Amino acid sequence: MKPSALDLAEAAVAGNRRALAQLLTLIENNAERAAPAMSRLYSHTGRAHIIGITGAPGTGKSTLVAAMAQAWRAEGKTVGIIAVDPTSPFTGGAILGDRIRMRDLSGDEGVFIRSMATRGALGGLAAVTLDQARALDAAGFDKVLIETVGAGQNEVAVARLAQTTLVVEAPGLGDEVQAIKAGILEIADVLVVNKADRPGATQTVRALRTMIETGHPALKTRWMHHGQMIGVDDRYPLEDQDVALWIPPIVETVAADGKGVDLLVSKIEEHRNYLETAGLRAPLERAHLEVELMNRLEARLLKRLLERLPEGVLSEMVTSVQQRTRTPEQAIEALLSQAEVLAVES
Amino acid sequence: MLEQNIRVLIAKPGLDGHDRGAKVIARALRDAGIEVIYTGLRQTPEMIAEAALQEDVDVVGLSILSGAHMALVPRIREVMDSQGLDDIPLLVGGIIPDDDRNELEKYGVRGVFGPGANTEEIVRFIRHLVAADEGTAE
Repeated sequence: MKPSALDLAEAAVAGNRRALAQLLTLIENNAERAAPAMSRLYSHTGRAHIIGITGAPGTGKSTLVAAMAQAWRAEGKTVGIIAVDPTSPFTGGAILGDRIRMRDLSGDEGVFIRSMATRGALGGLAAVTLDQARALDAAGFDKVLIETVGAGQNEVAVARLAQTTLVVEAPGLGDEVQAIKAGILEIADVLVVNKADRPGATQTVRALRTMIETGHPALKTRWMHHGQMIGVDDRYPLEDQDVALWIPPIVETVAADGKGVDLLVSKIEEHRNYLETAGLRAPLERAHLEVELMNRLEARLLKRLLERLPEGVLSEMVTSVQQRTRTPEQAIEALLSQAEVLAVES
Repeated sequence: MLEQNIRVLIAKPGLDGHDRGAKVIARALRDAGIEVIYTGLRQTPEMIAEAALQEDVDVVGLSILSGAHMALVPRIREVMDSQGLDDIPLLVGGIIPDDDRNELEKYGVRGVFGPGANTEEIVRFIRHLVAADEGTAE
């Protein structure tokens, strides 16, 4: 007999690793069935330091995560890791290979590594990942690391919802322009230039420094705009924006042999302390929760709406848009009014 | 998204460094819509059991080309069982003499696939295996 969601939550909080693994699966597969487990463990959450790590493929994120985990283990802290890799858009399958770079962590009870595929769930990735991070939090892990590939809105959004967000760069990837294009630089609390022993590292660091000095939102967090005070960084409440500034430090690392990792870890701790002392931890959490609730609401409403539409209507609309008898906006109007009519009737 | 995704751990225990076969299988499974957790080379039985536990996989596939399967497989099964993972089936791929196949089945190996095995057949086998296990578990 399969254990119930509630049993899994109880056991996971009590330290049963298999129950924790099964709970993570349940969260991923079936939010509805996982709901009782989430409400059971929710009061145990909010203790872990949740850290998001994102960056382009090939920057060495997994190796860096492994190295950071070892540094925290040396301090006696426990580490949970969620490594997110993309699902193949064609087949729905995935090859999740982050463990290859994390083999030095095996055999350590203080570490729990879980690989996750992005799958295709509507607005689901952030919700699933955050709930999985909460499960690890409730199971008592001090640090919860969420590693995502920084290619795609969803993945970046996930890393952003962490307390401390790392953006990882590496020399020789055309980073200077790429980073601006991807728009992920702005979300960094700590910038990492990994593979810093490679040629071009100095230029990469310099480019990042220039970018921070000239354009990072933290340097001009509020100004008058049409007679109204505007905050640039929506993670922090307006009134706090000129009280405390956090300028993202740039840390050079060579994750493969551990260089710079202690400094990186100390910068991450520094960021957490900063949030605490500047009184930003609670407002930041609040801002994140608001984003999360909006995302969840959006996903739920969409699901409900789609369920309400009779079969084939969506496909008919696509046809009509393709045949130029409706614009996309007209099709949406038609779909919404159909769904509303049905709602009134039921 | 309606169908629950199957998760398979593909691991290479022991010391041989030939991972072509494991990678071919990993890709074939991915192309069949399965989520593959790939551990890389030279995994100890303890590492494999730990990965199977943390990743909550449905099946563990072992690729062994060194001839050490009669030493490695029972040990892996033993470690997995001791961690309560006795319900996770093992598959073995590689160079396995016919005489050893029956022997391996005694250690709970549910399928053995040699060189030239059809990847579609392996995918079908895994799907049936998982469907059957789900059926008895409910």
